[in-house]
Amino acid sequence: MTTLSAVRYALWALLAGVVIGVTAAALGLFPGAQKGTVSGTATLGAPFTLTAMTGEPYSWEPATGAPHAIFFGFTFCPDVCPTTLYEMTTWLDRLGSDGESIKALFISVDPERDTPEKLANYLSAFDDRIIGLTGSREDIDKVAGDFRIYHKRVELDDGDYTMDHTASVLLFKPDGSFFGTIAYGEDAETAVDKLRRLARS
Amino acid sequence: MAIIQRSAFVALACAFALSFIALPALANDTLTLKEAWTRATPPGATNGGGFLMITNTGDEADRLTGGSVSGVGKVEIHTMVMDGDVMKMRELPDGLEVPAGETVTLKPGGDHVMFMQLEKPFEEGQMLDVTLTFEKAGDMSTMFMVQPVGATEPKHMHGSN
Repeated sequence: MTTLSAVRYALWALLAGVVIGVTAAALGLFPGAQKGTVSGTATLGAPFTLTAMTGEPYSWEPATGAPHAIFFGFTFCPDVCPTTLYEMTTWLDRLGSDGESIKALFISVDPERDTPEKLANYLSAFDDRIIGLTGSREDIDKVAGDFRIYHKRVELDDGDYTMDHTASVLLFKPDGSFFGTIAYGEDAETAVDKLRRLARS
Repeated sequence: MAIIQRSAFVALACAFALSFIALPALANDTLTLKEAWTRATPPGATNGGGFLMITNTGDEADRLTGGSVSGVGKVEIHTMVMDGDVMKMRELPDGLEVPAGETVTLKPGGDHVMFMQLEKPFEEGQMLDVTLTFEKAGDMSTMFMVQPVGATEPKHMHGSN
């Protein structure tokens, strides 16, 4: 009996601890959650200058005044990247004039192979609003880190390699705040709806 | 009893005769390949994924290990997995098993035939004569139809779309 009571007290104490912990976390660590916004918005993305597929420098900073859809990939990618690029093309097409303000940036995680010329050639198959960006390995790593994009070179046989990378599209409002993501394989209706709301944000 | 035997004989004879007719879906004793397709590749792309259905009507598992096609440096069997929101592509060094009595579908976002080192892009509407290599069945040829860049499934393989 005594043992049971002890166990019961311990469980109640544990539960109380969990409740206090969760509440503290919600209030302290995720203040944005109360306002219905996404947490950590202030730290996602940082100003950068990379090289556009035209060969010109291309700079991005928060509060550009335009809504942005930013995603990462590489042209040696056989499935996800062309699929996302194709989907982005159809989404923008479906938005019509609603989507005119949206800037779409495709940032290479494989700058060693993706030269500006290669990106320009590759992206000519997709919507011309999509701007391809590349740069030095150091710059790309910095940008990917700032946007919390995972990427890793994985060796294949015969000296070939592939890149593991985060496949989501990141959306930013004109004021530079994080709007949300479009996941790989997300339903087209949902994606178009998100982009429409982004364009109006 | 005699009727059953005769039917069985006719069926066997038909199967034997059919095996000499060139069918779009190519089959050997146990494996059938169908709905083979790939996508048009963007300019300058050197890789492409191939997809198809492989049905094994035999009693033993077989294994797709690779293949070859003219104008393509090498053909490997790869898989793609999403680990959270991270895309990972890996070679399947031992190939892909096709269990006895089952159909395995290679499709976007999963297992695929990886065409590497393309000499020139795949163009929509083109047909690729691909030889696939199986551990037991050996080499089998099948035509891969090139679908549009963003195709997610084989549309009207035999239709006029």
